Amino acid sequence: MAKKIVIVGGGLSGTIVANGLCRQLREELSSGSVTITMLGTSDKHLYQPGLLYIPFGRIRESELFRDQRKVLDRRVPYFIDPAAHIDVEKKTVATKSGKTYAYDFLVVATGSRIRPDIIPGMEEGAHWFYDLDGARKMRDTLQGFQGGKVVVNVNAPHKCPVAPLEVTFMLRDFFAAKGVLDKTEITYTYPIGRLHALEPVAHWAVPEFEKHGIKSEIFFNTKSVDAGSKTITSEEGVTLPYDLLVTIPPHTGHQVITDSDLGKGGWVPTERNTLLREGSSDVFVVGDTTNIPISKAGSTAHFEADTIIDNLSSLIKEGRWARNYDGKVFCFVETGLNSGTYVWFNYTTPPNPGPPSQMIHWFKLAYNRLYWLSARGLL
Amino acid sequence: MTDKIKVDARGAFCPGPLMEMIAALKHMNVGDEIEIWSSDKGSAKDIPEWVKKVGHELVSNDEREGYWSIVVRKAK
Repeated sequence: MAKKIVIVGGGLSGTIVANGLCRQLREELSSGSVTITMLGTSDKHLYQPGLLYIPFGRIRESELFRDQRKVLDRRVPYFIDPAAHIDVEKKTVATKSGKTYAYDFLVVATGSRIRPDIIPGMEEGAHWFYDLDGARKMRDTLQGFQGGKVVVNVNAPHKCPVAPLEVTFMLRDFFAAKGVLDKTEITYTYPIGRLHALEPVAHWAVPEFEKHGIKSEIFFNTKSVDAGSKTITSEEGVTLPYDLLVTIPPHTGHQVITDSDLGKGGWVPTERNTLLREGSSDVFVVGDTTNIPISKAGSTAHFEADTIIDNLSSLIKEGRWARNYDGKVFCFVETGLNSGTYVWFNYTTPPNPGPPSQMIHWFKLAYNRLYWLSARGLL
Repeated sequence: MTDKIKVDARGAFCPGPLMEMIAALKHMNVGDEIEIWSSDKGSAKDIPEWVKKVGHELVSNDEREGYWSIVVRKAK
């Protein structure tokens, strides 16, 4: 009997796992002793970090998309048939169309999604760039913006932890280039008592904010937005007026996770080193889907996926565990429209961002293209 | 019926223990408790400060061997 691997989710992490397994299990796939099947939601693969550049006209929409079929190894059947229920006892995945897939090993890569609908008034009153429609609307609004109060509002949890600071600095540069900075006031809000979750990044951001005249409101957890009066109010009791509200909306995991009773909020309880679902020895969880307390970011998904590829192929080929995930995360940080820095850290090494430079910004721009090699499992 | 969840945020540099707790509270009912473990001593100050500011209830704040255990009850 062939060993059946089912991957639920066709985003970055699921795709890297599938492509990596194809290389590691080449002979087994060829002989038919292993099959890999992927269930996804779209025929397009989206480079999500590129959405940050859309509002500023710095990337073309067509650069963000590839056909998923072309990104994914041809040996992996891909069905656009989202999972509707995962049964980890019976080892089956039921799909929206009514099909059922049995598995020997399951990889859950359902990811996260923005939920501006959770906060009253946010959908009506705010702009965001975390999906294409939102990024397009923000681009249109920025084109016509002639100055005023801008609030950049950050909610927890959210993916890509540095994006809020990046968009703040990019907005500042955009307004300066547009000639409306002297008529604009930017206020950045953050849920905890500093400017960023990463303490060294927060310390670095303080003088940068002072230098650029960016105001901040810390301990700000959004309660509601009033699109009529153009105000945003926090659970802590602070109300800010705005002319333009750019929000990083709160995220949840996928509905199928909650519907399958696999984790509150759509996050699957996952062992931080093995990346196995807690209580399972045949269910791996990867990327944003885990409840591991680390950044929900593409690099996290990538490094986790590499670990799962090694372990899953080792279990199948040699019947043994290969290695543990060490919590590695790497993030570029755009510090304006022409400079950038980066941070990396793991479970035991704290982050230590270096001084921004134009070269690192160029590296980030290059990575915007190199991403497709990552998704194919080549980088 | 009230619930108690545990979050092991030891070694969590980003988004960090307080952000993890804020995110977890969103999926809890009033009266439920969360126990968060943090290896960052700043959490022993930051978390109680935020809990007081927002109006939740700090149940306990204990230093253990190399980490802090902080229990919070969702009050609203």
